[in-house]
Amino acid sequence: MAFNHKHLINISDYSAEDITRILDTAASFRAVNERRIKKVPTLKGFTVVNMFNEPSTRTRSSFELAEKRLSCDTLNFGGSSTSTVKGESLRDTVQTLCSYKIDAIVVRDKHAGAPRKVADVSGVSVICAGDGKHQHPTQALLDLYTIRERFGRIEGLRVGIVGDIGHSRVCGSLIPALKIMGAHVTVIAPPTLMPAAPEILGADEITCDLDAALPELDVVYMLRIQRERLEGAPYPSLREYNLLFGLTEEREKLMRPEAIVCHPGPVNRGVELDDYMCDHPQRSVILDQVYSGVLVRMAVLYLLLGGTDNGVDA
Amino acid sequence: MTDTRTVKSVCMDADEIERSLTRIAHQILEANHGASNIALVGILTRGDLLAHRLASKIKQIEGTDVPLGALDISFYRDDFATHLSPEVHSTDIRFDIDGLTVVLVDDVLFTGRTIRAALDALSDFGRPSCVQLAVLVDRGHRELPIRADFVGKNVPSSSHENVRLFLEEVDGVSAVEVLEMAPGDRAGSAPLGAEQPQEKEA
Repeated sequence: MAFNHKHLINISDYSAEDITRILDTAASFRAVNERRIKKVPTLKGFTVVNMFNEPSTRTRSSFELAEKRLSCDTLNFGGSSTSTVKGESLRDTVQTLCSYKIDAIVVRDKHAGAPRKVADVSGVSVICAGDGKHQHPTQALLDLYTIRERFGRIEGLRVGIVGDIGHSRVCGSLIPALKIMGAHVTVIAPPTLMPAAPEILGADEITCDLDAALPELDVVYMLRIQRERLEGAPYPSLREYNLLFGLTEEREKLMRPEAIVCHPGPVNRGVELDDYMCDHPQRSVILDQVYSGVLVRMAVLYLLLGGTDNGVDA
Repeated sequence: MTDTRTVKSVCMDADEIERSLTRIAHQILEANHGASNIALVGILTRGDLLAHRLASKIKQIEGTDVPLGALDISFYRDDFATHLSPEVHSTDIRFDIDGLTVVLVDDVLFTGRTIRAALDALSDFGRPSCVQLAVLVDRGHRELPIRADFVGKNVPSSSHENVRLFLEEVDGVSAVEVLEMAPGDRAGSAPLGAEQPQEKEA
């Protein structure tokens, strides 16, 4: 089966077959990550630039680990240390980087659409690592991988996404990815944290009643409440949010026996999740998601940086 | 991809493959003074099946279960930059290879590049005391200084031809066929279950 993508910018550009190929390839990289020597020479000689113009810990570190375990050379670039603060345009920055003969750019930017712009002016493979409130496709892929590992499938599962839907780029990729793979998606949030037109998200159901939705769900995906955004008063207090939309020990009684809890991190303990749910040995897959991040990013780099000849050699 | 290929000859049938494997099993045991320190590692996607058959023959002869593994070399290929990322299968080596004599098993030995990649992959799992190579068919055209320790059959071939092994386990029929390559074809193992060997032609 051919995998003919150069970029990973918007998850909706990918078919169910493409996504399955990425998840299957990630599973092969799992074997690599569980050996004593957690490194393969596959991308020896390739150079990947991690251009992170916005803070990130786990996405950035797992991209870097993925690159190193594939034997890439990496260049970390971005933030306040770069010429962008001196007024250099994104286009000039990217073209400067490309003069170093690089092979791919991983882009995290606060502006939606920045990865597409980078792809247009660079000529190399571009991987979106989060752009504004728009997309975060590798997060969606690692979520799918984690869910598939637990249930053995994605199709037909009922997934509820709870929290700050309106500000979430995780949602922007996760909802379409789940739909492409045949899951049933419910978004659950107070109206003030929903986008103005929630129906464009593509979810099957939209509700603000977590207690009513919970008994149906196989996967409860909690989003981070971004404290900095609460200043506009979409919610009276964190305590009240926790009372109505937090996943707590009390609320666990409503969950199906096999249901799992996901969270993209970092967690606000005591707000969207209490300690009990966050550390729940059977239900919480939050650390599995972190591990899946490396596997899926290795798979994406592996598949995007392959050549163009559709050959099988001896 | 290979719909237009034509079978030039069938150089081994199912019985001949079995006889060759029986002989190779005896040779492996003779060269290593028994089965006590050996492990078989088959290279995906058909070497693993041959390794499986060899292991059961060794079991018949010596009564010993030798450790059996499967190795995918996709991540170790030297042509990654020019080909579409090959579909990967899972490596499965559930034993410590340190200190063992590892017999790599592959279907067709051609350029030697697969074996080079397999040696690299193996060294990331540990340090065997010795690595040997068993192949069902050696078709020549080596591009690297690699030779097999145990060979089922030497099949002289031209570079316009492809030599492929089909095995009952995945293809329904066992045979080694010499095929005329169609333009655009590349030499190598047949994809699993993607095509059937053609019936013998008159």
